Amino acid sequence: MRAEIQDTSAPDVALSVRGLTVSLPKGMERAYAVQNVSFDLHRGQILCVIGESGSGKSVTANTVMGLLPKAIAVSAGTITLEGREIVGMGAEELRSLRGRVVSMIFQDPLSALNPLMTIGAQIDEAMTAHGVGTPLSRRERALELLTEVGLPDPELMYHQYPFRLSGGQRQRVMIAMALALEPTILIADEPTTALDVTTQAQILKLIRDIQRRKGMSVMFITHDFGVVAEIADSVVVMEKGHVVEAGPASKVLKTPDHPYTKRLIAAVPHLRSENRVPVATAGSEPVLKVRDLVKTYRSGSKLFRTERVVPAVREASFEVKPGCTLGVVGESGSGKSSLGRLLIKLMDTDSGEILFEGRDIAALAEADFRSLRPKIQMIFQDPFASLNPRMTIGTILTVGPMAHGMPAAKAREEAKALLKLVGLDTGAYDRYPHEFSGGQRQRIGIARALMFKPKLLVADEAVSALDVSIQAQILELLDRIQRETGVAMIFITHDLRVASQICDEIAVMQKGRIVEIGPPSQIFFAPEAEYTRELVAAIPGEDFEAKTIAPAAG
Amino acid sequence: MIAFLMGRLAQSLILLVVVSIIGFIVLNLIPGGPMSQYALDPGMTQDDMARIAEQLGLNRPLWVQYLDWATRMVQGDWGTSFRDGSPVTAVIARHVPATLILMGSSTVIAVGIGTWIGVRGATHRYSSFDYAATIGAMIALSIPTFWFGLIGIYVFSLQLGWLPAGNMYTIGDGSLLNYLHHLIMPSIVLALVHIAIWSRFMRTATLDAISQEFVKTARAKGVSERRVIMKHVVGNALLPMITLAGVQLPSLLTGALVTETVFTWPGMGRLFLDSLGYSDYPVVMGLLMFSAVLTIAANLVADIVVALVDPRIRLA
Repeated sequence: MRAEIQDTSAPDVALSVRGLTVSLPKGMERAYAVQNVSFDLHRGQILCVIGESGSGKSVTANTVMGLLPKAIAVSAGTITLEGREIVGMGAEELRSLRGRVVSMIFQDPLSALNPLMTIGAQIDEAMTAHGVGTPLSRRERALELLTEVGLPDPELMYHQYPFRLSGGQRQRVMIAMALALEPTILIADEPTTALDVTTQAQILKLIRDIQRRKGMSVMFITHDFGVVAEIADSVVVMEKGHVVEAGPASKVLKTPDHPYTKRLIAAVPHLRSENRVPVATAGSEPVLKVRDLVKTYRSGSKLFRTERVVPAVREASFEVKPGCTLGVVGESGSGKSSLGRLLIKLMDTDSGEILFEGRDIAALAEADFRSLRPKIQMIFQDPFASLNPRMTIGTILTVGPMAHGMPAAKAREEAKALLKLVGLDTGAYDRYPHEFSGGQRQRIGIARALMFKPKLLVADEAVSALDVSIQAQILELLDRIQRETGVAMIFITHDLRVASQICDEIAVMQKGRIVEIGPPSQIFFAPEAEYTRELVAAIPGEDFEAKTIAPAAG
Repeated sequence: MIAFLMGRLAQSLILLVVVSIIGFIVLNLIPGGPMSQYALDPGMTQDDMARIAEQLGLNRPLWVQYLDWATRMVQGDWGTSFRDGSPVTAVIARHVPATLILMGSSTVIAVGIGTWIGVRGATHRYSSFDYAATIGAMIALSIPTFWFGLIGIYVFSLQLGWLPAGNMYTIGDGSLLNYLHHLIMPSIVLALVHIAIWSRFMRTATLDAISQEFVKTARAKGVSERRVIMKHVVGNALLPMITLAGVQLPSLLTGALVTETVFTWPGMGRLFLDSLGYSDYPVVMGLLMFSAVLTIAANLVADIVVALVDPRIRLA
């Protein structure tokens, strides 16, 4: 099957896109999702398509797969896939190409598998859909694939349901499924974005290995130049539906031509080799001291012996001084978010002390803690979900402080001042959240937290949902605010590069335990714990950045 | 799983006790009562009345009556009908099959047609079919069941003469075909409102499922659109619907009450209305408890089925 495809196609171009224009339905913010996009995916190469949200990179991938929603249509251009024109091709013909000639893997492995079907059945389906093999041969092939993508105990995996698997394992299953019929082209739509850094490194390596072994052509969509540096042979940079730059990876990374590319590369957070310049107040008494904090989750029932005990935080101890930022890094499930929730008392502690301005808040009842609540504020991860869509920005900012007794006129005045401080127009006061972009909403979230004049900010993945260029702006804003107000901050993130940008000290968490704590220079360049070393080694594209970017930007 | 079941069972028992107490009190609050029919008889003396009340146990304080009733109930003695002195269990047992047949066939119709309309409405969103289904559901929901029943009788029985206007079978004709012929109209009329509800929820559930990533994965594998919808979308969309089916049962039961009256269907609904008219407390309480058990059991079964179907709960 594969041989036949190769015979009929051009020798070195697996996928050729020419002048592709995809129109959006009327009333959207622009008329075209992508406009006049052209690029070639060469056989046996990895082509990275990079851009921020709204750049049209995913639409391009879905067009190649023939998976565009009905409302969106190709209005011009050609897509030649293995010598076949697929624009205007019938639905059934397209279907027979999908999974057989070109396969796709997606961003979120947690939702990309049908929760009601076993792993085996879902891999099997990829083959039955094209009438390939017998039940027995398909089963054998599925086991072979599970082994190939490095999953332990394929026989067991075959009968498992997706919920039993971790994110990384599920992404491996997705890859196994995509490879079932040995397609010549693999389209990967941000396949590592939702994964932890160590898992990301493993999946990137897996894709690279398989691509080399099978001589596959891979179109890899990403927003992360670190990933590009790690695996790309060539790069296409997209902005607002246009290709702004294309070329070999080494060239685009080292000598970018287009200002947008330059901006994107400059915005990539990189490991800073020197520590942060401490804020003036850094020498004073710590605002927060945490001693032997413990939290254990229990579920199920002791009586029926189904009890499950998960230690979320184990004997965590650290302190934060005014104007300083403590980064808490770790993979998902490491307990970093639990720690954050304990600190703002969204959850009760099992044991240990949280001394806030010398007072143990861990032991306080909710009613006693209420008067302290304004002093500890949180910045949330998802700027889209954390603002009430039915309230104006003004209400969002003032409702809290007014509940704590601030007069309305004063609250209004302060809210407007803060909007200015976070870089927004005071006109934002009367508008609603949906009128703002993700980055602007996060600024509003920060302003909301600052309304209380807090002594401590807890930022849980505060920039993870943002594009890199926006991420850099928000980090800058947080740094500036800290220097102006002297607020202490706990910055929880899975992204070590981001942590290195803003933190004075970093605590590395693994399975609920703080395995290492120290300044960035120690964590990133002289780590003591083995686990820290692993984490740092897994950061994508660091070699490239260390060589080309860090000196200039640092 | 066992812990979950035990917990649910304990909850259900408490619920049953509460339902019985409320039912008992409300029933005795209704003006009239079982003695009122004797009071109309001019030959009755005060002494006769008192004797009858004592025989029926109605002269005792309410809580004693309740405790007495509840103890016997638990022991399996549901009392005897005030009307004809036959055991309540026998009276109910006589009427239950008719109602269960009606409810069962209505459920099959409602789930079958409702699922089809819902899925098609979601896959052809904003099509003329979708709009027609929306408007149809609104009509079915806003017009009372008895009206549909009367219109049905007028059109299909009186004008067209296709279907019988009432009863469960023609006396003297015990064939299955005759039963089915009588079942058609009542079960469809009872199903109408449930088709409307089920199709609306199914449409929403399908839209939820269709936008899931795994549906895109299935398409990317080259799975045919038909199988994508049947297996991946509908399979997942039906999960929340199981719970809905359990919750819908009480309204099916009350709907049956109306439908049975319109079509002179010899089921529990008619029995309930008749017994209420006679203040036949034991039978009314018996029916109340039977429906309560049925409702609780349906919800329990729905929860268990969800747990069995969803591997995330079954294996967790």
